[in-house]
Formats: sequence, C-alpha cells, structure tokens
Amino acid sequence: MYIGQGIVRQDGRLKVTGGARYAAEFDVPGCLHAVLVQSTIPAGAITGYDTAQAERMPGVVAIITHQNAGALNQHKAAQQTVTHPFLQDGRIVYNGQHVAVAVADTFERAEAAASAVRVRYAPSEAVTVMDESALSRAYKPKQFQNGEKSPDVSRGDEDAAFAGAPVRVEATYETPVEHHNPMEPHATIAMWRGDTVAVWTSTQGISGVQETLASAFGLPKESVTVVCPYVGGGFGCKGNTWPPATIAALAARHVGRPVKLVVTRPQMFTSNGYRPKTIQKIRLGAGRDGRLLSIRHDGFSQMSDPMLGEFSEPVGVVTQMAYSCRNVAVTHRVVPVNQGLPTYMRAPGESSGMFALESAMDEMAHALRMDPLAFRLANYAERDEQKDKPFASKGLRECYSRAADRFGWRQRNPTPGSMRDGRILVGWGMATSTYPTNRRPCHARIVVRSDGTVLVQSGVQDLGTGTYTIMAQCAADRLGVDIARVSAQLGDSRFPQGPVSGGSATAASVLPAIEAAADALLARLAALAALDPHFAQVPPADIRLDGFDLTAPGRRVPVLQVMARAGLHTVDAEGSSAPGDAYKAHSCHSFGAQFAEIRIDPDFGTIRVSRIVSCFEVGRLLNARTGRSQLLGGIVFGIGMALQEETLVDRATGRIVNSNIADYHVPVNADVPDIEVMTVDAPDLATGALGAKGAGELPMVGVAPAIANAVFHATGRRVRKLPIRVEDVLA
Amino acid sequence: MQEFSRLVPTTTQAAARAGAVPQASFIAGGTDLMQLWKNNVQAASLVVDLDRLDLRRISLDGPTLRIGALATMAEVAEHPDVKRRVPAASEALLAAASPQIRNMGTAGGNLLQRTRCGYFRDPGFACNKREPGSGCPAIAGENRELAILGGSGSCIATQPSDFPVPLVAADARVELHGADGQTRTVELEQLYRLPGDTPHIETVLRPGEVITAILVPDAPANRRATYVKVRDRQSYAYALASVAAGIELQGGVVRDVRLAAGGVGTRPWRLDASEATLRGQRLSPALIEQAAARATDGAQPHAKNAFKVTLLRNTVRRALQAVTA
Repeated sequence: MYIGQGIVRQDGRLKVTGGARYAAEFDVPGCLHAVLVQSTIPAGAITGYDTAQAERMPGVVAIITHQNAGALNQHKAAQQTVTHPFLQDGRIVYNGQHVAVAVADTFERAEAAASAVRVRYAPSEAVTVMDESALSRAYKPKQFQNGEKSPDVSRGDEDAAFAGAPVRVEATYETPVEHHNPMEPHATIAMWRGDTVAVWTSTQGISGVQETLASAFGLPKESVTVVCPYVGGGFGCKGNTWPPATIAALAARHVGRPVKLVVTRPQMFTSNGYRPKTIQKIRLGAGRDGRLLSIRHDGFSQMSDPMLGEFSEPVGVVTQMAYSCRNVAVTHRVVPVNQGLPTYMRAPGESSGMFALESAMDEMAHALRMDPLAFRLANYAERDEQKDKPFASKGLRECYSRAADRFGWRQRNPTPGSMRDGRILVGWGMATSTYPTNRRPCHARIVVRSDGTVLVQSGVQDLGTGTYTIMAQCAADRLGVDIARVSAQLGDSRFPQGPVSGGSATAASVLPAIEAAADALLARLAALAALDPHFAQVPPADIRLDGFDLTAPGRRVPVLQVMARAGLHTVDAEGSSAPGDAYKAHSCHSFGAQFAEIRIDPDFGTIRVSRIVSCFEVGRLLNARTGRSQLLGGIVFGIGMALQEETLVDRATGRIVNSNIADYHVPVNADVPDIEVMTVDAPDLATGALGAKGAGELPMVGVAPAIANAVFHATGRRVRKLPIRVEDVLA
Repeated sequence: MQEFSRLVPTTTQAAARAGAVPQASFIAGGTDLMQLWKNNVQAASLVVDLDRLDLRRISLDGPTLRIGALATMAEVAEHPDVKRRVPAASEALLAAASPQIRNMGTAGGNLLQRTRCGYFRDPGFACNKREPGSGCPAIAGENRELAILGGSGSCIATQPSDFPVPLVAADARVELHGADGQTRTVELEQLYRLPGDTPHIETVLRPGEVITAILVPDAPANRRATYVKVRDRQSYAYALASVAAGIELQGGVVRDVRLAAGGVGTRPWRLDASEATLRGQRLSPALIEQAAARATDGAQPHAKNAFKVTLLRNTVRRALQAVTA
C-alpha cells in the first residue's frame, strides 16, 4: 500500500528548482500586459475619465473603462456568485473597486499608464467599518452557505434555560478583517481564437472559471479552456472566479491579442475577497455540576453592498454540533458596509466561530472552577444533536487524552498568573477543533500508455497540499502497479471534471473517482486480454492485473504485449464518484484537540507561543509526509490569526492602510515554536472508500482560542478580540 | 512605475553632480526605493546608481570608526570593529529586516529609509509628506504604529530604521559630499528634520549631496551598549519601540550615558531628559525607574498608540538593566 506512506511530493522537485510553471509564467507569444485601476473613494458614481494622457504613453494599447468595455452577460458561477465589478457600470461601492484597466506592451508601461488614468467621481456617504453602531444595518443572509442551510437554527428553549441557569457567561467577541495573501497573486493569461478562449489562471477551481467565463461571454463551456497546474497558495481567495480573470479575458477580446493580468500585491487586498470582520455575542448557561444548559451564539459578519454578491461567515454552524446541550440558538446576520465582497478563508466560520465559542467555554470553565478539559469532556457530544444523526466517526476523546498527556496538562496550575518562569508569565490553554468532512462529485481518468507509464487525470487542483502525490498513490494501489510508473495530471479543464478545491474536500472527492476509474480500467484491460489468444476461453472476470502483467490461472502476459497485439498505444478508462447514502446518513466531521503554551514578557506585552501540541482525527492519513505538513501549516496559520493577522481599514475613506506583506503580518520562522502533531489514524468508511477526512482547515480551528485561553491563564486578562496584541496585555 | 534613465558614475563627484539635477534619485541597495517606485509613491526620471563608488570600506581612523556608506547592512553588522566599538549598532542591524534585505541594503541607504506609515505608502490617500498640503488622515486614523514624539499637526510618521538609533546614541556623524565638490560632516541626529509643517523635507541634505560615510567616535559608553527592540513578531518587523542604551560606570556612578529610541519618534529620538537624570548619579533601580519615566517627556499619544508611552518607559528600563547587568 502506498496510501499512508510518506511518499515524497511528485511536484516537489519541480517546485524547488523553478520548473513548475504558475499561471503568469506561461509563455504566450505576443502577450500584452494589463494592470487594473482601482477607485480611491468608498461610495459614489464615476462621472468621467481622463484617459488621454495615459493613452499617449509609450507602449500603451488600450485604456478600458466601463464606457468602452462592452457588455458581459450576468455571471453565473459554481461557487459564490460575484456580480461586480466587471467594468459594466459607474457605481462605486468600495474603495479599491476596479474602475478601468490599462493594456500595454510591458507590465511596467501598463502600470505607469494605469497610474496616469484619472477618474472623476461624485462621492456619496459611506459606512466603511462594521462596529457595534453599524449592527442596526444587519439583515438575514439570503444565500447562507450557498443557500444550503438556514442562518437561524435552534433546539429546545434557550431563553428559558439561560434564565434559569445557576451559572451564566455572556460576552461579545470580535475577529478582524483578514486577507489570505498567498505568495502567488491572482494572475490570468487570456488568449482568444475566434469564439474560443484559453486561460492560464491561478485558481482553486478550474471548473468554476470555465463556467464563469462561458456565462460571461455567452459561450458553450467547451469553448473555454482553463489551465492551472500549480497554485501558489489559495487559502480560499482563489475559490471563486474573481473579476480580474474575467477582465483579463475581456481585455484580450478588446485588443485582439493575448493579455496577461497579474493583480498587484496592494490590489490583492481589494480584488479577491477576505475573511470578514465578525462580532459574535455568546451566552452560556450551566449547572454547578458542569453540564451545559444553554448555548446562544449570535454572529454578525461584515458584508459588502449586496450588489457585489453575498457572503456570510458561518460562525455558529459549529456551535450546533460542538457540545451536548439541549437548548441551543444560533443566528447569523450580515452587515453591509462599503467594502469589497468577503469570502471563504481557511476554515471559514469554524476558525472565527470557535475563537468565540471556545473562549466562552474557557470563561465558563473558569466560572465553574472546573478544569477546561474536564468541562469539555462533561459536555461531550456523542452524536450530532442538531442534525439528530450519529457521527460517521468521532475520535475526539482519544485526541483530548493523547494531546493532554503529551502536553502535560495535568501539571497545570489553574490560577491565572501562577505559572511563571522568572519574570516571564507562562500560560497554558486548550481548545477543541472540528471541521466538516466535505465531499463532492468528481470524475477521473486513468491512461496506460505503450511506454509502460500510467497517467491519472482529474480536473481538480493541487493547492500545494499534495494532491498530485495522493492521486498517484491511490491509482498505484488500486491497480497494484509500482508507483514509479504512475504520474498524476490535474488543473486542466480538458480532464474529467473535478470540484473546487475548498472546504478540505479534494482528497475525499477525487480518490473515490480514481478508484472507480482504476476499476473500469482493470475491466477494460481484462476485456482486451480476453481477446488475446493467450487468454482463449478465459472469461474476463478471471483475468487480473499483477504487477504490470495480466494473469489468469496458468497464464501471464505483459500488459504492453496485450496492447501491442491489439494495436493500441493507450488504454484508458474513466470513473466517477459522489457522496453516497452512508455519507448522507451521518454527520461527518474531523476533530482535534489543541494545547498551547505561551510566554509573555510583562514589560513589553509580547506574546510568544512556545509550544503547541495537537492531536487530530482526520480519518485515514493518506500521506504521512504531506498530511503532517498540512497539519503543521494549519497550526502556523492559526498562530497568525491569534496574534498577528489584521487588515487595517481607514474609517474616513474605507481604504486599506496596510496593503502589503511587510506591514500585514503573518508568522515568520522565528514565531513558530515546537509543534507536535499526532493523529488518530482510523479510516472513516462512511465518508469515502479510503476513509479520509479533510485535513486542510481543521488544524487551525482551535489554535486562536487555545492561545487566547493561554493568555487569560498567564495574565488573568480575557482578551475577546483578535489579534491579541502587545497593548492588550501590557502591564 | 515611471520610465527612467540610469547613470552609473564611478566617482563621488560625478555622482553628486548628476544627483543635483531635479527629478534625479540616487539608488544604492534599492530595498526601499524599489517599493516606493513600484507603488508610485516616488518617481525619478534620472536614477544615479551608486554601485560603482568606492564607499564600501569599514575602517578605523584613530578614535573614529568609519563606515563606508555603501557597506551592506550585513557587512556592517558582522564587522569586528563595529562589534567592538559600537555593538548596539550591530545588534540593531541584526534585529532589522531579513538576511536577504541585509545583504542588499546599505548603511547609508538605511539611514534614509522612508516611513512605513500606510497613508504615505499608498498614493490613494492624502499625505502631507507625499503631497505637501494634502492633509494627514493618519493622525485621526490608523496611528497605532506612528510617533508619540516629535510629531506635528501635519505629520506623525515614524522614521522606521533601527540602525540610526544606536548611532544617534553614539554621537555619530555623517560625512557628506556635495555637488559643489565640498565635503562636510553633520551630526546624525541633525541630519533628520522634524516634520513641522514641511514633513516632505526629511533631511538637511542638499540637492546632489551624497552620504559617503558614517563616523562613530570612540567612547566607553559606546562600547558598553545594547539595543532592545520590541515588535509584533520575532523577526522581520519594524519596532513598536526600541532603545539603544550605552553606559560608562565608575564605582557605581554613571559617568556617561547615551540613550536613544526608535519606533516612537519622527526621527531617531535621543532621550536627553533620561540621560540627564542618570548622569553623575549613583546607579540604582529607583534611578533607572526615574530615567525611564522621563523618556516620554513631551509625548503626544494618539488614539491607537497610547500604549507606546508605557512601552517606551519599560523598554528604557530594560535596556538600562541589560547594559548595567
């Protein structure tokens, strides 16, 4: 079995030697460069453009504005629908909105021309920041979780239970606007040939790009080819097809030449979504025995003008299943302000929601004078009480005990401020993690070629997580061939269709499709062999693949010989899969327990994470090496969420102040401590044939609350707002 | 980014003459300038590349340590004479930027790094420093990282570099070569102008004037010195507050002391009142406490950076504790 082993990344060597080509690196002859022009006011209307100066600049081919862009059809997209801005009208609803695009023969000239375009505006009043005073603008989302769920959910009678609860905790928590900031910016090269268009673009969903462009330009899907072999980080901001991809195709059509559009780093803050700011009001009621009597979680999530689309950070979905409790009420509201459209960002909902819920759980444990872990165990959910379904698998108890033992949780002195190392304040905190196991329909193809190699193909994406490698592992296992023969291909719309790579769903979606394709291929090879004189009289069902030979009792013929005799250079087969009845009958989640140790210098207020121990239950770990990397990376992401990441918005103008990655902080190596990751390796057969659950988002979910709880333990100060900064703990 | 022509002079005199042309800009390591150009914060039509000038040497000239302006940050940080004569400068450099940037950035260029104020660095905002008279939205806006010392009603942008902080504390001077062929030296602290109502004029440099060297005098308090930097992450971040402290003790009495702060002022900020509190006095924890309290004399905190008052005092205390330990 290759599955489970720490097989080295198939794409690793290419990446570290520069051989992996990313979207902007494809060499398309005659390609022009496009640079976006963005608004400098938060609200109003464009009254005119001064483009003459820009048009006269050297190398400039076109300045495209809403006045000459030409009409596009209304967008339809596979994922979140983004309806603006596509240079279709002059309305401005946020600062940094695309208002024009400059096209020139070099990037630098296009950039110079873009900065020379003058836009005249009639400004109007704007609300640029969601704070308590803006909550009066809140409304119920219309498309909560893509319209699949209700924003308001309850069971029992939360009001009455809370009113009667002997111990109560009530608090408001806040998480900031955060931007994904992948290393690779959004980039698209678009090339038209007649009524067909090919795009090289950086995306988490080539199918979505294909669908979006087909709809925008009124083309059949087959007329749009999308290529994306590598993604230099996505974290959710490449899940949708954002306007720059469409604008690149629009510009290429406008100038009649291929066009490359790379979003600049500052523009990455206004072009492809962000994690919206949330304000979350939580109240918990408990008995003195430590049993939860009620949970209420009201989430407010910053939204753009609804003209742009809709997104609501689903902070309270996890609250419905995290603990056993009879009386639960959860609501979600969105608050429109003059900002761009928010979107999914790694562990959307769970990470921001669990910061609030797990902080509140820690506050309640403290109020009850209970150990935080014991309090969680006292309220352990044996089944999903909201969906009223059993969990497909839940290894959380084992996660708690293994991580706690490894961390040494028993040695924790519960009194805040009691654990010191000289002048340094030491804090220990913990939190629960969970994330849904998502699975989507997927198709795959396997090709055997006459040179003895096997190709496995699917229109999925590898976000850097190891998809190429696990695809090859899976195909090699199912076919029973040496993995050295097998290579994977993905990220091309000419391959069998795959789903968007988001929601930690890729592995669980594509591997069953590969298994189906492998089975179909084996059947095809057996049928082919049955026509071979060596297998005369042998029914196809009795013919097996062994190594790279076809065999039946007493007979053995190399595959390539069978193919040659049939005159075939390739043999291929396709397979597909979709979530089945077992998946639908269960509540499917991965789980984890996360423990953090932090050290605070009280003179400086600096918080350093010194140790994180986590144990996760992710079903079967498909690749020990890439799986571990995913888990470590998620934890680092969580450290950033806890202590560093925050997009600063100027209230007066709604413009982002730290739109670069020197001033928008994410952790550097020096911030990353010893991280210990353990897994409960137990296949979850309800979620898919191989029993893998997602691992991409889960590991960050509990990190921010574990750190926040550790800050309380170190200082006695409860910080209910992320990120936690020096000024929050400075003595 | 605007198109420009590039000149690569081989003598300082030729560089200074070329640099005196309006719309000319010197470039050395380019680690800051390239960002400013790319983001349309600055533009130049003539770029005078200093790469070929013979200004890279670090040497001792009797009591004076001479740091060539084109020595890289990495070279200065690791140089044995720098470590011996002014160790706080080495520490400050190693606490700055990243190894890659320190391999490119130069000593002279680092002195002239421009503010990280987000309003300055985005032409989509008004900014008195970038566009004189356009206004300062930072004072009422996102001012967490901005100055509490030396600001004006026009500008509260901090000078962000670490390196000049210990140099100011050490009474360093800069050697300048003018377009007229004359050289002069200026106290480093006086190289920087306070913003007043002309925040766009940041230094006393004349058109074409090239920084050729940094001159550091020898002093016991420069040799016994340290640099303490507080930042939002453990590497690759600008200072929220930093302090360079140097001291000379004789029988428990402070004979000489030098203190300067970074991350809190519109220029590297010499802490005169704190020094005066210490000088000639017998060192004690209480005295250190008094000196730390005087560090924020005249401080004007803003809505989001008031914490820097406490932070600066604590940093002064810690730096003094460290250097006297």
